[in-house]
Amino acid sequence: MTDIDVTHDLPLPVERPPRPTAGPIDWLRANLFNSVLNTILTLAAVYLLAVTIPPVIRWAVVDAIWHADSGRACRGDGACWAFIAEKGRFILFGRFPYEEHWRPLFAVVIFIAMILASCDRRLWGRRLAALWLAGLAAVGVLMWGGILGMSYVETSLWNGLPLTLILAVIGMIFAFPLAILLALGRRSQLPAVRAICVGYIELVRGVPLITVLFMASVMLPLFLPTGMTIDKLLRAQMAFTLFAAAYLAEIIRGGLQAIPRGQIEAADSLGLGYWRRTRLIVLPQALAMVIPPLVNSFIGAFKNTSLVIIIGLFDLLGTANAALTDANWQGFYIEAYVFTAAIYFTFCFFMSRYSQMLEREFNKGRQQ
Amino acid sequence: MTVLPEEAPIIELRGVDKWFGDFHVLRNINLDVVRGERVVVCGPSGSGKSTMIRCINRLEEHQRGQILVAGIELTSDVKNIEAIRREVGMVFQQFNLFPHLTVLENLTLAPVWVRKLPKKEAEETARLYLERVRIPEQANKYPGQLSGGQQQRVAIARSLCMKPEIMLFDEPTSALDPEMIKEVLDVMIELAEEGMTMVCVTHEMGFARTVADTMVFMDRGEIVERGPPKEFFANPRNDRTRLFLSQILAH
Repeated sequence: MTDIDVTHDLPLPVERPPRPTAGPIDWLRANLFNSVLNTILTLAAVYLLAVTIPPVIRWAVVDAIWHADSGRACRGDGACWAFIAEKGRFILFGRFPYEEHWRPLFAVVIFIAMILASCDRRLWGRRLAALWLAGLAAVGVLMWGGILGMSYVETSLWNGLPLTLILAVIGMIFAFPLAILLALGRRSQLPAVRAICVGYIELVRGVPLITVLFMASVMLPLFLPTGMTIDKLLRAQMAFTLFAAAYLAEIIRGGLQAIPRGQIEAADSLGLGYWRRTRLIVLPQALAMVIPPLVNSFIGAFKNTSLVIIIGLFDLLGTANAALTDANWQGFYIEAYVFTAAIYFTFCFFMSRYSQMLEREFNKGRQQ
Repeated sequence: MTVLPEEAPIIELRGVDKWFGDFHVLRNINLDVVRGERVVVCGPSGSGKSTMIRCINRLEEHQRGQILVAGIELTSDVKNIEAIRREVGMVFQQFNLFPHLTVLENLTLAPVWVRKLPKKEAEETARLYLERVRIPEQANKYPGQLSGGQQQRVAIARSLCMKPEIMLFDEPTSALDPEMIKEVLDVMIELAEEGMTMVCVTHEMGFARTVADTMVFMDRGEIVERGPPKEFFANPRNDRTRLFLSQILAH
């Protein structure tokens, strides 16, 4: 007895699908000028680009001033990139001692290296966890100093890009597992667990991040016993983490709900038990399903770090604002914001590409 | 095959009742299955046959009566439930393979995590069972790349890898295209011939005639009739059985 495979018995004539029309003219006709409406839209778009692009290039490149000693020498029709040359280091690293700037620079490089390493699926697992642990420890040592001949730098001087990355990356690392527990708890059979998780999620979601940051910064110290203080950065980090967790939890819950009942029954019938079933069967599928909204949330959280300025922490946007207050270099808002926007964009764009890669990776072998 | 009457049953249902809300889905079910016995359960849809076998590994909870499997009573004690589930394999109508794992990973998952077998040993066993269900070449594919019949055979192999004492089949061929039903039934017949204890809910009466030691007919939550297949098909005692058989064997 063999597999029933009817199609192999009779050879059918081979027929190829029709060749798609090739050549740029065909492509234009098929995609840009295939109807009256589309032709009008194409022409309108071309006109819009023609009107906007040349002035931008003129401003950013042709008329731009690259070298100047002060803000007064830098006034013209174009961009004043001399401002960035002058203030770039301050925007990136803020008030971190100037001659020690290599330390936050190195910390940023470590962050980027770890994020890139996380893209390689072969490293996933214990090795990557160890790498992150070592990397975060190295970042801590570099930023704090106080050993290995490095001077001690207090956290209020951790400004600019390293601060943004620390808040965002460490926030995500802690928020993600917390969110998983909250999402599982919200679907728990135990009423007490469920009530706590629902209460937490609804409470945090109902409050703006600024309020949570304020509470962490102003109110939390009031509740602590006298003499005990928690570092301001740590408080902000905690507020940020707890806030992000509530949002991530709801996304993950969406994924959990999409798991067919049969998957759970199959896992049960094999005797896997709740935790193994959750870890091996439910979560891998649930998380893979919600990668796009998860990454969306990560990107949002990354940009939300700029709100810490409200409690006096200077992240990347904070240092950019501070740089603009220099009496010698006043009024270069556009340059400062273009520079910070470019940095934000680089990271966010990377995250979105990473999400696409993960989706491809996890959907391998499905519905093929 | 005749079954020795003095042998203690491996599955015992005693006065089992179950409700879905107000709907009385199982009514006073009494059923004994001895080791090596092949029981085929049939009946119209909604008669409670799936619910009954799902109670045997506690995918459904019974509300009255007793269920004993291999001498262990099913209660809400999680330890007991997991112990029983390790010994009871189940094959579902919708296969329920894990789509994010390869065929081989589907097969080794439970032996490695539940039975704590070394991965290598689990893989050897898995390949052996893939061979037996005649798809060794599909080991590294994902379930989504297989046909329905192949998926169901993987599902059977997945259960067998746990070396269960009992296999439950919940309409294993109902979701299959007609040309794939035979390949799955052939595997099940082989399994029956090897002496596996089986409880099988199915509409495949040809299969039932071939392998069953006992036929069970359920209707409206009750076991209406049970007996050896020869008598069951030739002289059904109950009118409801007669009506059902005439309908199902008509085409």
